[in-house]
Amino acid sequence: MNFYKATTAAVAFCAAGAVSAAELEVTHWWTSGGEAAAVAEFAKAFDATGNTWVDGAIAGSGGTARPIIVSRIIGGDPMHATQLNHGRQAEELIEAGLMLDLTDVATAEGWKDIVNPGSLLDSCTVDGKIYCAPVNIHSWQWIWLSHQAYADAGIDVPSNWDEFVASAPALEAAGKIPLAMGQQAWQSSGAFGVINVAVGGPDLWNKINVNKDAEAAAGPEMAKVFEAAAAARAMAANSKVQDWNQATNLVITGQAGGQVMGDWAQGEFQVAGQVAGQDYTCLPGLGVNEIISTGGDAFYFPKQDDPEIEAAQKELAKLLLSPEVQVNFNLKKGSLPVRGDIDLASANDCMKKGLEILASGNILQSGDQVLSADTSGQIEDLMVEFWNDPSYSAADAQAKYAEIIAEAD
Amino acid sequence: MAVTDGAQVVSPRTTSKRPNRLFKNMTAKLASIPMIFTALVVFIGCTIWTIYHSFTKSKLLPAPDKWVGLDQYERLWSTRRWLVSIENLAIYGICSLVLSLVIGFTLAALLDRKIRGEGVFRTIFLYPFALSFIVTGLVWQWILNPQFGIQGVIQKWGWEGFTFDPLNNADIVIYGILIAGIWQGSGFIMVILLAGLRGIDEDIWKASRVEGIPVWKTYIFIIIPMMRPIFVTALVLIAAGIIKVYDLVVAQTSGGPGIASEVPAKYVIEKMFQAQNLGQGFAASTMMLLSVLVVLIPWAYLEFGGKRRD
Repeated sequence: MNFYKATTAAVAFCAAGAVSAAELEVTHWWTSGGEAAAVAEFAKAFDATGNTWVDGAIAGSGGTARPIIVSRIIGGDPMHATQLNHGRQAEELIEAGLMLDLTDVATAEGWKDIVNPGSLLDSCTVDGKIYCAPVNIHSWQWIWLSHQAYADAGIDVPSNWDEFVASAPALEAAGKIPLAMGQQAWQSSGAFGVINVAVGGPDLWNKINVNKDAEAAAGPEMAKVFEAAAAARAMAANSKVQDWNQATNLVITGQAGGQVMGDWAQGEFQVAGQVAGQDYTCLPGLGVNEIISTGGDAFYFPKQDDPEIEAAQKELAKLLLSPEVQVNFNLKKGSLPVRGDIDLASANDCMKKGLEILASGNILQSGDQVLSADTSGQIEDLMVEFWNDPSYSAADAQAKYAEIIAEAD
Repeated sequence: MAVTDGAQVVSPRTTSKRPNRLFKNMTAKLASIPMIFTALVVFIGCTIWTIYHSFTKSKLLPAPDKWVGLDQYERLWSTRRWLVSIENLAIYGICSLVLSLVIGFTLAALLDRKIRGEGVFRTIFLYPFALSFIVTGLVWQWILNPQFGIQGVIQKWGWEGFTFDPLNNADIVIYGILIAGIWQGSGFIMVILLAGLRGIDEDIWKASRVEGIPVWKTYIFIIIPMMRPIFVTALVLIAAGIIKVYDLVVAQTSGGPGIASEVPAKYVIEKMFQAQNLGQGFAASTMMLLSVLVVLIPWAYLEFGGKRRD
């Protein structure tokens, strides 16, 4: 390894003409069609600066890739830059001094003024120093409705969650699944979070998830949320698919009425050639509370000894937030940009709805930002059981949930 | 000179024996130093390290200074997912142990009757063992898929009401996994037991035939007791396979529906690497170790304790 590094360094030294050029290995888990196209925009822009982007895509979801990334950083073989979800996933790595401090880049570029919402940058900040570069915003609070399913059932497409619940019997009578749902834990937990915000309101969500108020979690308002989730569970009883995109496919083909899923589902509709407003409807905040959470992806830069590489890392960090790259990347990815000052004229209807909400400031932090990986894991365990076991009563699940929140850190 | 002479006079035994004992087989002892070192550091050392850290609040990184006592264990035993995992392991373990041995021995005994084409059958039965658990799991996921698998085919033949969807039914999902496990593993047990059967002296069979003992009685009362060491080997192999079952579940159901097919090894891996809670993962793995020891120690005592001749 050392010999290899030395050789590459020597070769790079001989080959380097005027500018200092470096190869940066970047790991991420963007491997689906649209995602790969989006990440290629980063690579193209970075290569144009005279450096080289060495792509280290890790197949599988974040759950698969994150342990690999973390163990490489801890094990002393860090990559030069890596995708993670901004929030608390890298907290301990930063505290252990394994990540590069980007404060000087952030100050020079004025990230504090351009990053919108500011909470994204707060999630990158530990002890007043900035350690990551946010690149996009993904929000969970959407329901995707199939026009075809409702046309087959002979009723209007609902415009909010209550109408959706009321329309379920008609859909069932027409042989449709009212609510499509994948059975993986993260989907169960995510859908619950969305219902929580829609039925209980953002204040309740903040009280529980940000302030870790166990009393609120056990309270009567939350009981309503659990009842609503139990009702949703009954609507999804016949949806026996695993992956989220299989569930989205049920909506696209009109076999299911709707799906509660984050804005990444939009890519599936696009690939299937469907048009928002014509073939499908998207309702942010389930049409009840028009609000979106601002989770998303960020790049972290593990510390290296080589000053040349460090310079290249900072250059990449700067580049990721530059207006042009932000536009190109987010259009391909279907996510919202982290800068409020750029124009996404070619965005589709659903993305525009998201941008409007973002501009109006109706935002929440994401679960990744406020809960530790451990607590999220416990909630996922609870929710996947709750959604799949009809005999698990709402009251029991709520008691367990309050327990988890009481112990959350 | 005089000193040595004196010493020899005083106690010839100790002086002549002690160097002998220590330096006997010097080369063999030297050669085994790396192995002893590995055993002490890697196995014992890491086990102690893990157990120690299970009493701490280690999150993503080990934190030996954040001592929390039994907190991790209390949380572990109040977690429904862990309790479901233990129950599943017990069901899977007992069924897999019994069925592997019964099926394995039956197949071995049938092959041992000197049937034609024994090599062909042996290969067919052993073949699943050449597949990894991941492949086995995926294959059986398809076979048991309600739309495309057995249920779908039989419904298409006309039995509309036929249902067989173990992987989608929380009450029986662990048996769906068991089927795949048995399919994969029993061929291997068969081969081991067949080797044992071949080791039985031909004269025993002749003697039992002369006595007029039926074949099945010969197997149960004479052959099986004689094959005890082989059964112990098979038992240990099956038990090791049970405790570490993980990939089969990941490939077939990834723990679902809900948490109905979770197993302890999966809990350990996910708590350690995905939930970033090393302490909890270590506590769970310590419990797994403990459960192995609870079975192993009495057995080792019975097996080796009484017979030591020295």
